[in-house]
Amino acid sequence: MNRRSFLKNTSPLLAGLLGLPPALNAAGWKAETPLPELASFGLEGALPHTKGRVVYLDFWASWCAPCKSSFPVLNRWHEELSPKGLTILGVSVDETALEMRNFLTRTSAAFAIVRDANHKLVAAADVSTMPTAFLIGRKGIVRHIHNGFHPKDEALLSTQINALLAER
Amino acid sequence: MPCLPSANTPFAMKISLLLLSVIFSSLCASCASVKPWQREHLADYTMRPARDPLTDSISEHVWFTREAFAGGRGVGGGGCGCN
Repeated sequence: MNRRSFLKNTSPLLAGLLGLPPALNAAGWKAETPLPELASFGLEGALPHTKGRVVYLDFWASWCAPCKSSFPVLNRWHEELSPKGLTILGVSVDETALEMRNFLTRTSAAFAIVRDANHKLVAAADVSTMPTAFLIGRKGIVRHIHNGFHPKDEALLSTQINALLAER
Repeated sequence: MPCLPSANTPFAMKISLLLLSVIFSSLCASCASVKPWQREHLADYTMRPARDPLTDSISEHVWFTREAFAGGRGVGGGGCGCN
């Protein structure tokens, strides 16, 4: 085996050891890419009807303070914009269902909640912070990604949601 | 030293030894990255170093008694009394 062929054969292994394949594979969900079929991720709970609707998909956890502060805003959006075509889906990444339920008894959620018990969905999305929200257009394409939640983000998010709702 | 590659060692053998050393050192790594959704236990109240003011004051007192200085933990200065 000469030097060139040896390097050619062993470079994938070396790249694997250096962690390059995870970096390449951990692309996560990007804007302007289609949302994967959520039903294939084994989520606990009933998935709402999302076809033809704008979806606000929010990854949250009971131990995440900004997530808690986002719930009143999400409840208001659900109440105001659901008839116009917005579906809010909260995906809990809590390790146990009990923690999620205890949180939801203290903080009401009017919108749909499912639990990503095995963390398959959140790993596929590869979120960089908690919470992370994906705004998906009526055609099932991820349009905007929001990392974290701050009350000052509400105006921007509201504008983006309304713009997506206006699309046909 | 027979166990170290010499100038006569084939190139493939040298690379193999290099790969083995990389594998071995990767197994020795003690750091692991924690994904944002795996931080439940790190975000727990009990993980806060200053979660109990009473315990903090007791620890401060014990430290002062044993080390003969106060401050230097959570406040500015090193306990020298000069600032």
